[in-house]
This record gives sequence, structure tokens and C-alpha cells, in this order.
Amino acid sequence: MNRREPVNGREPVNGREPVNGRLPVNGREPVNGRLPVNGREPVNGRLPVNGRGSVNRRLPVGRSVSVGGREPAEGGVPVEGGVTMRVRRVRAGLKGWGGVGAMAALCALALSFVLLLPWTTRSPGDGSTGRAGQGVAAGTQAADADCTDPEKRTPTPSSADGPTIAAIKARTGEKRKLIVGVDQNSYRWGYRDPNNTGAELEGFDIDLVHRIAQDILGDPNAVQFKAIPTNQRIPAIQEGRVDMVVRTMTISCTRLADVAFSAPYFKTGQQVLAPKSSTIKGYDDTLAKKKVCTATGSTANTKLVDDKKAGKIASSVVIAAPVPNQLDCLVRLQLGEVDAVVTDGALAASQAAQDPTVELKGAPFTTEYYGVAMKKNATDLVRRVNQILVEYRASGWQASYDKWLSATLGSDATKSKPPAPQYLSTS
Amino acid sequence: MANPAPGSTVAPLAPASAPPPTRRTAFAEGVDRARAAATTEPGRLRIIGAFLALLVLAFGAVTAWQTTDRAAAADDVLHKSQPLSTAAADIYRALADANTAASSGFLAGGQETAESRSRYEEDIDEAASKLVTAANNADPDSPSTAFITKLNKLLPEYKGLVERARTYNRQGFPVGGAYLRYANQKMQGEMLPAAQDLYTKENQRLQDDYGDATPYPWAAIGLGVLALAGLAWAQHRNYRRTNRVLNHGLVAATATTTVVLLWLVVGHSVARAGLDDSYDHGVRSLNVLHDARIASLKARGNENLTLVARGAETVKVAADGEEVTLDKYDHEFTTEITTLGKGLTLAAKLADDQAGEKPVASAENNMAEWKKRHTAARAQDDNGNYEQALALVIGGKDATGACFDNVDQNLADALAHEQTEFRQAAGDGLGAMTGLPIGAAVLAVLGAAGAVVGIGRRLSEYR
Repeated sequence: MNRREPVNGREPVNGREPVNGRLPVNGREPVNGRLPVNGREPVNGRLPVNGRGSVNRRLPVGRSVSVGGREPAEGGVPVEGGVTMRVRRVRAGLKGWGGVGAMAALCALALSFVLLLPWTTRSPGDGSTGRAGQGVAAGTQAADADCTDPEKRTPTPSSADGPTIAAIKARTGEKRKLIVGVDQNSYRWGYRDPNNTGAELEGFDIDLVHRIAQDILGDPNAVQFKAIPTNQRIPAIQEGRVDMVVRTMTISCTRLADVAFSAPYFKTGQQVLAPKSSTIKGYDDTLAKKKVCTATGSTANTKLVDDKKAGKIASSVVIAAPVPNQLDCLVRLQLGEVDAVVTDGALAASQAAQDPTVELKGAPFTTEYYGVAMKKNATDLVRRVNQILVEYRASGWQASYDKWLSATLGSDATKSKPPAPQYLSTS
Repeated sequence: MANPAPGSTVAPLAPASAPPPTRRTAFAEGVDRARAAATTEPGRLRIIGAFLALLVLAFGAVTAWQTTDRAAAADDVLHKSQPLSTAAADIYRALADANTAASSGFLAGGQETAESRSRYEEDIDEAASKLVTAANNADPDSPSTAFITKLNKLLPEYKGLVERARTYNRQGFPVGGAYLRYANQKMQGEMLPAAQDLYTKENQRLQDDYGDATPYPWAAIGLGVLALAGLAWAQHRNYRRTNRVLNHGLVAATATTTVVLLWLVVGHSVARAGLDDSYDHGVRSLNVLHDARIASLKARGNENLTLVARGAETVKVAADGEEVTLDKYDHEFTTEITTLGKGLTLAAKLADDQAGEKPVASAENNMAEWKKRHTAARAQDDNGNYEQALALVIGGKDATGACFDNVDQNLADALAHEQTEFRQAAGDGLGAMTGLPIGAAVLAVLGAAGAVVGIGRRLSEYR
């Protein structure tokens, strides 16, 4: 009989009271307490950012030092070398030449400004400008061996069809579409208005995509949009899941090791976003002991991690587990899980536009450019996009800015307008 | 009680063998007296009477104890663990369905329809009320209680996120979608796993209760046989010594013991058969159907997410020795729909009557149609025709959503049917044990009294 006591205890009548009573008291407080943190993010997010770690990038450089020694940057760069080889050689050559190269480069830089002027209006393609391009390349390289002007490493514009474009055009029937990786969460950049009954994406980036599709396939709507999380942009390109990524993607040196970029189509800089009532004043000491949110694989995340390591920001700044999309940071901010968000000013403004209680804090602390990212060897496509951008800057860019961004970034577009593009070389 | 009595009364008869004059321990003296008593017929009779009464009482007590145990476990099966296992499955279903309704609303764009809103609200209500059912039936400190507590805490959090998403959607801000994603993450990453764990735990408990309810009460049966053998021996001895055939007391004791033993064996066999039947034709089917329903819900959820994510997430899968990159959610859809197919096949095999087979067969047809439509929708999406794909998934009655609803409805019908079968069989089983513990106790007391009276009659002849 005794052995059965517990069973009797379970009987409905007996059991009900204690069970109910237990629930709140029993309090799995500690367990639940850490749940929101747990559930928030795959913690690993930060590192695997498509393996574009510094190690990866250094290797080719180191190797090319020996090779490059016999090939000065100014020498006739073989056509087949492609952008990569050229960059490596240029870089290597630079190291070999040292200070002399730097001086020569400064001269070349000055020369380049003169030579660049005609390009701002119209790109002539090959020929004489080709040599000028090399001069520019040497100039940018020389300006800083550690690559500070990644936006200037793009081939000259050209309307010629190459193998990549031919392959896109060869798609038939329903598949005759440009496959583009975009964002569907960036307000006024690439997003779906929840009040639209249709599912079409819209925004500044999307306008550009339609323009590119119009030019390549003759139909602005011949596009297959794929939503890509921030850290999937480079793998998606490398694995050929998309032809290109138009998704507020900053042209950076690290990314150049994995993908090719078009000329810049937008200028922005990292900025801090925080509640209006917050004590945070900008990207400075006021961030100490604050929890900061960034997106996985974003330049903001890289910058924060680097700066923290280098001691440029307080070591007490807590970098929260990165989220898949910058907009998820706004969610975390509103839920009080983080104190501030660091992202591109253009996107931060989009976030602020969705919540009147937050604002941008301080001036942009970096200068960055958005570019269209493509496969590294798709030089023909890159040159084609550069050509389209030349025309787009002349007509289309301003209209799109006015339509989508003037509300969040101000009607004055000058601080967002990309600089006159500089190209690497012709081939 | 019986031992010292013979000692005191029989002692004067004993001095035939004179005790040694040395001092002895009380125990040794007691043993001696008992041995002395055992040498006389009244002494023997007293011992036999006491032994028989004890044996019959022990038989009754053990029977009452063991059958109470089994009846309680059977009662738990019927009234606690099985309803709780169903409640846990319902919680899972309601949560997953609410999440799917919320994501469908987002997919549809514009403001959500009245149907999708009410479906979501009903699901949340059901989850909340089933959580109360589960809490009422769970033991405090059991792992189930921990899961229920967790779900109780997460449900309002989840709902809060969805409400925020709605508010932002109304204002046309994409951050609403971000909230929905966050809510979905909470659901997929924390709530559904907790609900699944709860379901697994409750199912385990159900198995345990079956394990407690069905074994034969061997101890009681053994004691019953022993008691009958003892009574038979005593009557045989009686007959040999007195040539009297019937001793009323002993016959009564034999009769009651036989009745209890028969009742025990037959009652338990019937109960066991009922419970086994409720397991084979109820619980097994219910488990398979619940699993199938969960698989269909997961498949539907993943189908929606494929479109919500728009190719954002991929997985690498090894196929034919090659690594292929697939859409994560579509891959999961394929996995779940395969599980659903297997579940339905098994359910059809387990269904043992027309009423049980029909809904399962219908669900199989719905699923075949679903797969067909899904393939068409994927083809559209792969060709970049997102709008068309969307229409094929969340559109009207020609969309995959309708197939899912039909599968779900048919599975619900099949579950209701199996639940009835279970209740009937388990109820029959439990009914067979009704009164057995008390009956056994009462009859055993009567039997023991009979044995004492019967022996007493013989004993009185010595006075």
C-alpha cells in the first residue's frame, strides 16, 4: 500500500492544488532568464563570415612578393592576368620598389586626376585610356600599400558582352532572368512594403537592379530576386547562386579578395544609432560598458571587433552576438537587449525612420562606398555594370534618391553621391 | 496470538517428559512449550487454524494491494497520462499552427485576413488552455512541469513579438517582418522543442503507466494457490482424523478464497486484455497519427518559410556522393513530407476498422495532391516567378494550403476516432478491476473468519 502513495498523490483532486501552486513558485527563473539570450543568435556567426579572414588574404600577397620582384607594376600586365593577378603583382611590385615606388606613385596620382576628368562624363573604352588606367592603378596602390581605396579597384566600363553576360543571355524561357541577391529588410533600400498586396520588392537598390536587368536583358522585370542575409552575400556569389549582389554592400579590401566590385554607387559611413534618451554620443568613450549590436558579416562588425582589439574603443564595449540582418538590431534595441546599433549611416537612417525614439549619434566615423558585387572572374559583367553605372549616375540616380532616400537622408544628396569613379586598368 | 495460548493451557499436560532443572532462556522455554503444544491435537489445531487464517488474510491483503496498484495505473492511463499525452500533442499542434498562420499572414501581404487572424487567435487560445490541462495533470517537480513552465513563460513573449510585428506592418515598416522573424525564431528554437520534449515525456509516462497496469499479480496468485492448498490439506487432515467430510467454516474459507482467486485472475486478465487492446488499437494509432500531424505541420511551416526567406538560407547535402546546395526550408519540407508519408502508411496499417481507415486514406490522397502542387510552386519560384509561387502556396482552394488544411482535418478526424476507441478499450479494462481490491479484502476477512470458525468447531470438541 505504501508504495502506491505517490500514485494517490497524483490523483486529480489531490494533484491539482499543488501543481497549480507550483508553477510560478517552482520558478525555472534561472533557466528562463537566459533563454532570450540563447535564442537570439547562432553564436558562431561572427567568425565564419565566408572565410575572408586576414590569413586568406595575406597568402597570395606573400607569395607574389617573390614573383612580383621581377615584374614592376608599370610593366605590361598580361591580359589574362585578371584583376587578381594584377593587384597582386602591383602590390608585390610596390613592396619591391619601396620608397621609390611611393614617390613615383605620388606623381602618378597627380597625373591620374588629370587623366580621370574625361571619364566622369563618358568612358571611351580601350586604347589610350588603358594606359592611363594603369597609371591610376599604380597611383592607388602607391597611395597606401595596405589598400585604403578599395573602391578604385574596378575595371574600366565596357558594353561588350563577355562569357558571363553571354551565359546570362543564353537563359531561355522562364529562366531568362538576372538572378540578383538583395535585401528585403532594408527600409527604402530593398524591402517589401507590408501594406502592398503584391510581393514585389522596392527601394533604391531595387531600382538599380531593374536598371541593370533592362540593360543586359532588355527587360527591367527580368529579375529573380533572392533575399540574402548579410553574411551570405559572398558565399552566394562564389557558389553562383546569384549573378550579382545589390544589397548595400560596402566595397572593402577584405571582400575584394573574394569577389569583384563595380564602381561605387553610393557613399556612406558607419554610424551609431541609439535611443534619443541614451547617454551615447557617438563612436567614442560614451560607448563604454554598452552593448552594441551589429549584423553578422557586416563591415560594422569587423570594424568594431578590430577597433576593440586595437584599443581604439573602450575594451568594456560589449559586442552583442551578431544578428543575421541589420534590421534585427533595431528589434534588439527596442526590446532593450542592446544599447546601441552600429551600421552604415544610410541603413541607420532607415532604422531611425521606423522608430521616432531612436536617432543617429555623432557623425559617420568611416567613409564607405556601396558597390555591386559579382563573381571574381566575371570581368565582363563587372565592366558592363560599371558602364551602366556611368549612365545611371547621369540619369536615374538622383530620381531614385529623391524617391526613396530623401525622406530618411535629407533632400541634399551631395554627401551620399559617389565620387567620380576611378578604374584599375583596361584589359 | 495463537502461540502463547496453547503454551499456557497445554503446559500441565506436558510433564510426561520432565524438564531439566537447569535455568533456561524465555525463548527456549517458549519453543519448548510450542513443541509440546504441537504434540497434542488441540495444540496442533490451534496452530493450523492460525496458519490458515493468516494465509487467507495475507492472500486478501496482497490481492488488494496489487490490484489497487494496477487499478491506479490503469486509471492513470485512462484519465491522466493519455489525456496529457494528447494535450501535449495538441499544444505542439496549436503552437506550430499559430506560427504558420502568422507567417502566412505576413506572406500574403497587406493586412491579414480575418481567417488568418482568427486561426492564429484560436491556436493561441488552445495552446494556453491545453497548457493549463497539462499543468493540472503533471506532478510537481517532474520534467514535464519544467517544460510547461517554460512554455507558459514563452507564450506571452511570443505573442508580444507578433503583436509588435502587426503594429509595424500596419505602419508599413519592414521592422515588422523582423519582429515576425524573431518570433518565429523563438517558436522554432525554443517553444516547439519544449513542446516536443513535453510530448515525449508524457508519452514515456503513458508507457510507464501501461507497464504498471498490465503485469500479472503473481504474488497474489501464488498466495491464493497456497491458501487453497493449505485449506485443502486441513480438510483432508480433518477427514482422515474424524471421517467428517464437510467442515462448514473451512468450506466457507475455501469458497471465498476460490472466489477471490478466480476474480483476481479473470478480472485482471480481462483488464489486461482491455488495456492491451487500448494500447494496440488506441495509443499506437494515436502516436502515429500525432507524429504524422506534427510532420505535416512542420512541412507546411517550412513551405511558408521557403517563400518568406526567399532563398536566404541554404544547406549542403550529400547526394550521390556529391555535395549539393539546397534551399534549407525546402529541404526540410521534403524531409517532413516524407515523414508524413511514412506516418500515414503506418497509420493505415494500424487502423482496424472502416471508420479509422477512411480519414487516413483521404489524408494520403490530400498529401499526394499537396506534393504535386508543391512541385509546381517550386518550379515557379525557381524560375523567378515569385508572385505565382506565392499564389500556389497561400492562394485559395487550389493552393497547397488547402491540401494542408485537408490533411490536417482528416488527421484530426482519425485522431478523434482512435481516441474514442482508446477510451472504450481502456475504460473496459479499468472497469474489469472495479471492486476487486475491496472485494478481495472483504472476502479474505470472511475466509479467514471461516477458517478460524471451522477449526474452532473441531477445537471445541476437546473441551
